[in-house]
Amino acid sequence: MFAKRIIPCLDVCRGRVVKGVKFVSLKDAGDPVQCARAYDRQKADELVFLDITASHEKRRTMIEIAEKVAAAIFIPFTVGGGISSVTDIRELLRAGCDKVSINTAAIKNPKLIGEASRHFGNQCIVVAIDAKREGKNQWGVYTHGGRHPAGLDAVRWAKKVEKLGAGEILLTSMDCDGTKNGYDLELTRRISESVRIPVIASGGVGNLRHLYDGFYLGQADACLAASVFHFGEYTIPEAKAFLKAGGISVRL
Amino acid sequence: MITVIDYGMGNLRSVSKAIEHLGGRYSVTSKGSDLKNASKLILPGVGSFGDAMAELGQRGLIKPLKDTLAKGAKLLGICLGLQLFFEKSDEAPGVEGLGLLPGKVVRFRSSKVKIPHMGWNDIRLVRKHPLLEGIRSGDYFYFVHSFYGQPKVRKLTLASCRYAGKEFAAVVGTDRIAAVQFHPEKSQDAGLRLLRNFIRW
Repeated sequence: MFAKRIIPCLDVCRGRVVKGVKFVSLKDAGDPVQCARAYDRQKADELVFLDITASHEKRRTMIEIAEKVAAAIFIPFTVGGGISSVTDIRELLRAGCDKVSINTAAIKNPKLIGEASRHFGNQCIVVAIDAKREGKNQWGVYTHGGRHPAGLDAVRWAKKVEKLGAGEILLTSMDCDGTKNGYDLELTRRISESVRIPVIASGGVGNLRHLYDGFYLGQADACLAASVFHFGEYTIPEAKAFLKAGGISVRL
Repeated sequence: MITVIDYGMGNLRSVSKAIEHLGGRYSVTSKGSDLKNASKLILPGVGSFGDAMAELGQRGLIKPLKDTLAKGAKLLGICLGLQLFFEKSDEAPGVEGLGLLPGKVVRFRSSKVKIPHMGWNDIRLVRKHPLLEGIRSGDYFYFVHSFYGQPKVRKLTLASCRYAGKEFAAVVGTDRIAAVQFHPEKSQDAGLRLLRNFIRW
């Protein structure tokens, strides 16, 4: 049966994994390739690398990482963070990553989504949406880690990026991110039901029940999480066993 | 030696790296002349049917590929590569496919599930084939596609998969050519097993 996906997300700064990956088994928890291998062994369904480097040399570093990761693991992985042109996308895909995630650039220049999906196929174009609650059943789109409002309604923007050619949506609730109180389930369900492309829920996972809720109540196609996995609170097999017991189809 | 056909459609690095990881030797080429003496080829591909056939045509790869297959070379198609094996596709009406297998390519239709079919799904073995040695019904593979191949002849389907209420062909093939709709190079152990089988085939 078609499986719901569990996707660990790794933040990368200057070529190093940051924000606390604490696998006991790793010699170097900052090495993206070692982290990727560890998650590959745990049967993560995909991986996301988010480049949070705020400098010009970031592209080069991320390309090198993509090349090394592609040679080391055989599951799909996505790279995001600061991607702003078709050239950026081409270089990353050539380096071996399977999908790219674009956020600010898609808002500044929505044409990029269509151009990129025509060039490379919509399956590899993920549009990241950072949303913040602005009222009852209303969410605004934000950039720069939730600091700048983009002046867009999240549901409308999700429908628009689908129309423009996005193959998937990576939806992060800025209200929930980092709280460990679970996903914004209303937001997730609202967006997931508004589009025909897969939606990845992100932001807020603190326990396994939150993943279950993301799939069951949020109607997410995939659930992304960072710290619960990085700190070894739960392993991917534990998460999947929990979901399976609750009747969610997963790949064990 | 495995010849990976580069016609400008998609990520060849992952396929090549997987072959290398398994101890296989490969070369990547976009020249028809390199296909002449190839004994084992991979036709990967991501993107649209029409673009892919146009790229293969512009690079003069279609005839050399068919010639080398006529001499007995083995071929593995991956993802869009599988779809190109057929005669035509709903994705590009009027465009002729490679026509290596009788049948056509059609689109998933569903209002209930997300399209593309993106993610892990398990397959059901239908027929024995060297490519599927050691692979079991229920093994998961990574899929990304909105269209699927519909062979005209039933015996061409080697394994099937279920999505959007359809049992579709996940692996098709004959004694010399075969193709998979999923990405073996992204399907962990089961995918690597299939690629190893291809190296040994």
